[in-house]
Amino acid sequence: MTRVSMQVDGVTYTDEVEPRTLLVHHLREALGKVGTVVGCDTSNCGACTVHLDGQAVKSCTVLAVQADGAEVTTIEGIAAPDGTLHPVQKAFHEMHGLQCGYCTPGMIMASIDLLKENPDPSDTEVREGIEGNLCRCTGYQNIVRAVQQAAGELSGSAATPETTGAQA
Amino acid sequence: MIPAPFEYVRPTTVEEAVQAVAEGGEDVKIMAGGQSLIPVMRLRLAAPETIVDLGRVAEMRGVRDEGDALVIGAMTTHAEVITDPLIAQHAKLVAEATETVADRQTRRRGTFGGALAHADPAGDLPAVALALDAELVVAGPGGRRTVPASEFFVDYLTTALEEGEVLVEIRVPKLAGDWGVRYEKFNRVAQAWSIVAVAAAVRRENGHIAEARIGLTNMGPTPLRASATEAALSGAAAAPDAVASAARSAAEGTSPSSDLNAQADYREHLVQVLTRRAVTAAAGL
Amino acid sequence: MTVTEDAATTQVQGPDKEVGKARKRKEDARLITGRTTWTDNMVLPGMLHLSVVRSPVAHARITAIDVSAAKESPGVVTVLTGRDLADEQGSIPCAWPVTPDMKNPGHPSIAVDRVNHVGEAVAVIVARSRTAAADAVELVDVDYDLLPPVLDMEEAVRDGADLVHDDLGTNTSYHFVFDAGEAGTGGDTEQAFADADVVVSRRFVNQRLIPAFMEPRSVVVQPQGDNYTMWSATQIPHILRVMLAMVTGIPEHKLRVIAPDVGGGFGGKLQVNPEEILALLVARRLGKPVKWTETRSESLMTAHHGRDQVQFIDVAADREGNVKGLRVRLLADMGAYLRLITPGVPALGAFMFPGIYKFPAYRFECDGVFTNKVPTDAYRGAGRPEATFAVERIMDELAVELGMDPLELRRKNWIQSQEFPFTTVAGLEYDSGDYDAATQQALDLLGYPELREEQRRRRESNDPVQLGIGFSTFTEMCGLAPSRVLGSLSYGAGGWESASIRMLPTGKVEVVTGSTPHGQGHETAWSQLVADQLGVPFEDVEVLHGDTAVAPKGMDTYGSRSLVVGGTAVLKAADKVIAKARKVAAHLLEASEDDLEFTGGKFSVRGTPGSGLGIQEIALAVFAAHDYPEDVEPSIDADATFDPVNFSFPHGTHVCAMEVDTDTGFVKIRKYACVDDVGTIVNPLIVEGQVHGGLAQGIAQALYEEAVYDADGNLTTGTFVDYLVPSAADLPHFDTGNTVHVAPGNPIGAKGVGEAGCIASTPAVVNAALDAVRHLGVSDIRMPLTPERVWRAIHQGGDGGDRATAGSNAYGGAQTETTAGVSTPQSALGGDR
Repeated sequence: MTRVSMQVDGVTYTDEVEPRTLLVHHLREALGKVGTVVGCDTSNCGACTVHLDGQAVKSCTVLAVQADGAEVTTIEGIAAPDGTLHPVQKAFHEMHGLQCGYCTPGMIMASIDLLKENPDPSDTEVREGIEGNLCRCTGYQNIVRAVQQAAGELSGSAATPETTGAQA
Repeated sequence: MIPAPFEYVRPTTVEEAVQAVAEGGEDVKIMAGGQSLIPVMRLRLAAPETIVDLGRVAEMRGVRDEGDALVIGAMTTHAEVITDPLIAQHAKLVAEATETVADRQTRRRGTFGGALAHADPAGDLPAVALALDAELVVAGPGGRRTVPASEFFVDYLTTALEEGEVLVEIRVPKLAGDWGVRYEKFNRVAQAWSIVAVAAAVRRENGHIAEARIGLTNMGPTPLRASATEAALSGAAAAPDAVASAARSAAEGTSPSSDLNAQADYREHLVQVLTRRAVTAAAGL
Repeated sequence: MTVTEDAATTQVQGPDKEVGKARKRKEDARLITGRTTWTDNMVLPGMLHLSVVRSPVAHARITAIDVSAAKESPGVVTVLTGRDLADEQGSIPCAWPVTPDMKNPGHPSIAVDRVNHVGEAVAVIVARSRTAAADAVELVDVDYDLLPPVLDMEEAVRDGADLVHDDLGTNTSYHFVFDAGEAGTGGDTEQAFADADVVVSRRFVNQRLIPAFMEPRSVVVQPQGDNYTMWSATQIPHILRVMLAMVTGIPEHKLRVIAPDVGGGFGGKLQVNPEEILALLVARRLGKPVKWTETRSESLMTAHHGRDQVQFIDVAADREGNVKGLRVRLLADMGAYLRLITPGVPALGAFMFPGIYKFPAYRFECDGVFTNKVPTDAYRGAGRPEATFAVERIMDELAVELGMDPLELRRKNWIQSQEFPFTTVAGLEYDSGDYDAATQQALDLLGYPELREEQRRRRESNDPVQLGIGFSTFTEMCGLAPSRVLGSLSYGAGGWESASIRMLPTGKVEVVTGSTPHGQGHETAWSQLVADQLGVPFEDVEVLHGDTAVAPKGMDTYGSRSLVVGGTAVLKAADKVIAKARKVAAHLLEASEDDLEFTGGKFSVRGTPGSGLGIQEIALAVFAAHDYPEDVEPSIDADATFDPVNFSFPHGTHVCAMEVDTDTGFVKIRKYACVDDVGTIVNPLIVEGQVHGGLAQGIAQALYEEAVYDADGNLTTGTFVDYLVPSAADLPHFDTGNTVHVAPGNPIGAKGVGEAGCIASTPAVVNAALDAVRHLGVSDIRMPLTPERVWRAIHQGGDGGDRATAGSNAYGGAQTETTAGVSTPQSALGGDR
């Protein structure tokens, strides 16, 4: 067992883990962060996407020990402390960018990452930006719309929503 | 799935890494970004006893300018490669090919060196390293040595790395003169591996193609150079017909496999089309 | 999205009506914040974890199983084999014996002495943690005596073929026939063909697909005394409860099944899964709660597959293009066993092969064939996509044969709008629609003339990238289903749906539905229906579902039935609430019931404006129950069950423009436009979303997805690396529209939308690709249209042929020998793609 310490959604957790523990299993099973889900074995589906030190990664393809000392943000940590939704969350709701919702946490986390890098993506750029996230329900069109709507809202506001959440 | 249990070592210097590998027992595995390794371990297709994680070896990360070459640390992530100004300036082909690797999240973790050392014939970067005559700097118990890319890729998932050796950095010679580059990748869905891809760098001089370097992805158990096409292009007119004619020999000397996405003869056809397209684009035609 | 409403047939909705509003979904709040209750999130005190040891071979006798090492593994509580469970496991039920003499070998949840497909369960590990359970799997040692695998249906039905189940003496489960002449719904098919000017015959392969819902299956069972609660990622908690009782002998009233948030199903979770049975048996035996959650590889390998038909289809016509007859012979792959509705899927399709066309004669025959593969069963459309594909493809082939425009041929033969209701040659009564209107609108959305012009230019210039345009003018039978019709088809249950409405003292409304959603948005749409019907605010309605203790009766969600049948049940319950409230209102207002009118949620006495009583106030009045009529109970709650008398028939026109790179065979959708008529649209946002998602899956069948088995019966598309679910970057923008012709069979007027896009799109895409390269001599390309197949069809003739079956790289299921190289020190640095 190895001792790991990480800040998840603004709270520091220290635990003993087996080195083979995947970050996503640590989040779900040790920390109760079940908002982040597992959809595949091969890093294809992106359902488990979280931010590791501010960058989107697939938490099923990161060992918990690798996140030692890191800041992790999950879908549960992006809304403001008062519950105000992150603009990307809000846009997914408004544009009907989800149906069953299983891919949604990963999709939202990947989209936030994309918008940090490209604040005004075209339709094609959004599609390529979320190519690592599979959705079986929506056909993606409303997800693309949602990301573009969120882009508009984010570029219009000075706040940096990623860090106004529980991480602050 | 969950990987089988293993010992985990996290060195912070190359020296420590080499030592950790030496002490790691029979079945030690070096982990760079882990983006291919962890899935294979989750499927229990690999079950190493010890993992040596290079993620904290700071000296293996980053890009520096050494005059006639760039030196890219093996642990430089794909995302860093894509946004690195030195690479954009002197090794654009590396950046262009890296942009096609997997997806955004995978590129955040996956590394340049990891992709080369894994030597997946469907991986995009080995052919680029080969086309650019990169040199791979390897550290082992006996010190460091440099392996040219042409000798590094030995077989399917097999490289010239000896037991106990770690790939530390990659020297990519700068392209001097009027070079154009193109990575032409062919796959069925966006995040998939290449069915076939062609990395081309072309130097033009006075309306002619002075030199072409062409690396082929997934046309055999290792990346290959399209030597016959390169020879045919050397001194050829920078014209579509000449390029098309030269591209017809792109499959010479290749031995592609057959799988779900393509049978060998189709790959042999594809590589000709993609070579023509890559060279045409690289030559600015 | 554009909506064309036909004033003559459209239910006009007032501006303040909820129905028709693009309400954002109530469901989203928990889903976008990660506060969801997936089954795998469940943790119970003392819960044990299951993992399943699965057969690595397709067909074999089990000669020995040694579980001793696994039992010794740390954290393992016990290991059970088929022998241990043989006496109590029963058989996975098959609810649809399509013929009286159908052969059903029975379907053990865990193999006892034989395995019949790769991935079949042979032992169950029970351990204290998920990890311990996973670790012990490889310690179970099973000896197999190999039998020849039966993998190809056409070979399987030949005399002397190797048998999947020796004791049946045949690989044919059933022979199902529908003959319109015999049924009295059409003429003599053989005569029609004998008299025809033109006969076109084709063999189409409708490949095996995997539903690939995003949430892997998961089940948790909690035993408490003689009661059992099961949480399962299922589409069908109600059906599952009944079936669990029948299979295990646990009395139905001692079983409670809960489908919490369920991450997609698409028919793939319309099943009684072997692992659900096993979890229940283990929990019963140990008296402890247990959980099983599958990995993606397990899901692809062992959850049921869909489609998989070889279709022989013949069409007869005269020279002018009037169709005269249709003849269909199917081989339908059942896989190794019959699951819940395995045999019924192709039989359901039998009624849809004539499509929207006025065939005067029709004969359908289907052989259900056993192979050593995982069973097939429902997948989005279930029988109807296969039928639609075949008829829409053959109509194009007939058009080519006749030298006619494919749309002209369709127009000439389709049912005209004034002919509804129209009884088809398959005996179905199509309810309403206007195929011309939908088609015209779809062509406008596409920009048809411009694309045809561009196609001509590309052809003339011999452009390496050719353009094609393909159509699919389709209908489907939805709203499953009239119970009497299901009975006549030998289906094991009815197709009604149940609803209850509970008026709470504070005036809030609880709606209980038996139709269990898994992403469709029932909570939102049902709230809209009830808000209108009861005149209460949308926000005041809560929809409850998916728990047999909360919603005790139901038939669940599949077959585009929820709104049509379940929504109607909700409306009927609301009507009963109003009727009960009316008596109380009359009493309290001291008026005659006949003088009361009910609008906007309020009873008022005609002619006395201002007076009145809200239905929410009446709820409080009956809760207090201080003052209510003598002859009624102090409650205005009500239940209703709705059983439709007919199916509903959504229809639409889908048009795809496709670019084909003739140098590489790569195909790319240039533009996709579709106009669907799904009847009344309760929520345009949800309807459009359903169409988008269906399109993605239908296009994926045409271009990307196929479950491929190698010669030994291994699934080589065993991960998402090789089973290609398309990403956003692989799919086009969709231009969607609607026409609205209300369904006469239900008061909402809805026809169903869940499967439309999936059913319609596949042939449109394939027809488009063929249209692009037909002048190069190509007349068919097998699905999926891999670049290799397209290139071969163009340059070598034929339909593109078989694919190589090796997995495409290190994760390929069949490549474990080569991937063993991964762990050699030579490839030491953990690869990064």
